[in-house]
Amino acid sequence: MSIISVKNIVTKFGNSLVHDGLNLEINEGEIYGLLGPSGCGKTTLLREMVMLQEYSSGSINILGYNLNNLHHSDAQSLRRQWGVLFQSGALFSSLTLAENIALGLDEYTDLNKKMKEEIVSFKINLVGLKQSDAKLYPSQISGGMKKKAALARALALDPKLLFLDEPTSGLDPISARDFDSLILKLRELLGLSIVMVSHDLKSIYDTLDKIAVIDNKKIIYEGSLKNIKDETSEFIQTFFKANL
Amino acid sequence: MCDGLTITQTQTTLILNFQGEFSIYKIAQYEKALESVHFKPSICVELDLNLLTYMDTSAAIFLNTFSAKLNSKNITTRYNCNNNALLDTLKLTKNHTLIDQKKIKPKKTLLEQIGKINYNNFLGLLDFFAFLGKLFSTKLHLIRNFSSIRHKEIAFEINESAIKSLGIVALTSFLIGLVVAYQGAYQLKIYGANIFIVDMLGISILRELAPIITAIVIAGRSGSAYTAQIGAMKITQELDAMRTMGFDPYLFLVLPRILALMIMMPILIFVSDIMGVVGGMIVANVDLDITVNMFLDRFLIAIDIKHFYVGIFKGPFFAFLIATIAIYRGMAVKDDTQSIGKNTTKSVVESIFAVIMCDAIFSIIFTNLGI
Repeated sequence: MSIISVKNIVTKFGNSLVHDGLNLEINEGEIYGLLGPSGCGKTTLLREMVMLQEYSSGSINILGYNLNNLHHSDAQSLRRQWGVLFQSGALFSSLTLAENIALGLDEYTDLNKKMKEEIVSFKINLVGLKQSDAKLYPSQISGGMKKKAALARALALDPKLLFLDEPTSGLDPISARDFDSLILKLRELLGLSIVMVSHDLKSIYDTLDKIAVIDNKKIIYEGSLKNIKDETSEFIQTFFKANL
Repeated sequence: MCDGLTITQTQTTLILNFQGEFSIYKIAQYEKALESVHFKPSICVELDLNLLTYMDTSAAIFLNTFSAKLNSKNITTRYNCNNNALLDTLKLTKNHTLIDQKKIKPKKTLLEQIGKINYNNFLGLLDFFAFLGKLFSTKLHLIRNFSSIRHKEIAFEINESAIKSLGIVALTSFLIGLVVAYQGAYQLKIYGANIFIVDMLGISILRELAPIITAIVIAGRSGSAYTAQIGAMKITQELDAMRTMGFDPYLFLVLPRILALMIMMPILIFVSDIMGVVGGMIVANVDLDITVNMFLDRFLIAIDIKHFYVGIFKGPFFAFLIATIAIYRGMAVKDDTQSIGKNTTKSVVESIFAVIMCDAIFSIIFTNLGI
């Protein structure tokens, strides 16, 4: 079953054309990767999917909602069903890590305090942070820890859909592999669907089920990783062959 | 009972049957439903999860803590579940330890608090002196190497923080002139001393009002902008980047701003003088029947040129105070966004206070000197 379908997306910034008719389908339970050279509009497409940016024409359908004409209350309920991890973490700098993670629980559920603490400490454990880190502020921790904390925040409400913007960049190799196995585990247990932008080849091979390669404003490849090496595009050749 | 949870009791077991989707939003509801159930130690509690289609980790945590709570009361619990994914989720959520979030805060006595606040203020003052010291050493360096002065940045700042604020300075001064004249006119009319409006307006506006009004507008407009700008640059590590590339922030950011304001403040005060007096002149014309010619004749006789000079003279000093405090506050921004807001507030409040203090000191000095 497809949970995200992108149809004929055209994006223009002023006079420059970023996307010229993108089409893709993401199925439930899939880990889907958006690849492409820098500046090809991967992150822009991701931002359009999470309603941070408007596209010029086309349509995007997510979890049964059409983003073109979405009522405010529908948009709010859609926003609760996904988690988003930004490239630099984007933690709220005036809150501690625990408060950052608990924010969604505070606002959207009526759980008691004990239960919230329990959930927060589980998420902290899950992403591989130490319990003692919970009291720290984002300015007091390293870039890799910020990323883990941001993932814990994205997972706080147990979303069914997760958007990750370069999740493993800035992580040390061990954490990056832990991150990959965590993602696979979550998918297996909770049936999570994941859309990510990534440049980490190891993580691409280990986790992704399906990829879309964007280059020159178009999708030049969509499908599994098996057949990718037969493609003749210059980007795919250099990206996949050089690294193997 | 609530939907999704049915409770059935047999002789030996109490079966809690969960159905459908068990997500984080249902926890509070189930918790309430389970509160009213009376659990007896002799009866085993069975958690039946076979009809669940989906369970998230928060729900699993809830089930784990729930059964742990019962176990601690000597009530045995068991899961009835054939779905391995659900069991794995339960297992995954079990292995974690709780954070002890409670920080034991020792109570502070009043004396300790006062001491701490004062000590912090003292440290802040030392910081400010260190900033001033660095500023003057950069200035000295600049005097020796005059060619390294950043003309382009100074010109940019002159346009950004002074030329663009001409409009608002002019309008505010015009209105202040209008208001002062209007209030004065009413009093003077009683005594028939209409023409003295010129003396009153000339001295008060040229000497005090124009410099103060200009300084307050500039502190609110350009000073706050300096703080926010430099604070944001600090958070995004732009300042660090400049340092590592060998661009001294004092030379590139601090001095151009201070010099730009010091150059432009007297000109802004001059504009403010003109607009204030024009405002007063209009009121005098309408309310007291003093023609423009009469007003200007009297102005020449009554107002000494020294009043004008005193007002203009204060300009660079006010500008220096506003710019240094604003930039110092920008540099004092910590790594979180809240401190930008806090420091911007402090910057405006402190620079207006400093300007008024400085004005008071000038007042005393000039009076004693007989100027």
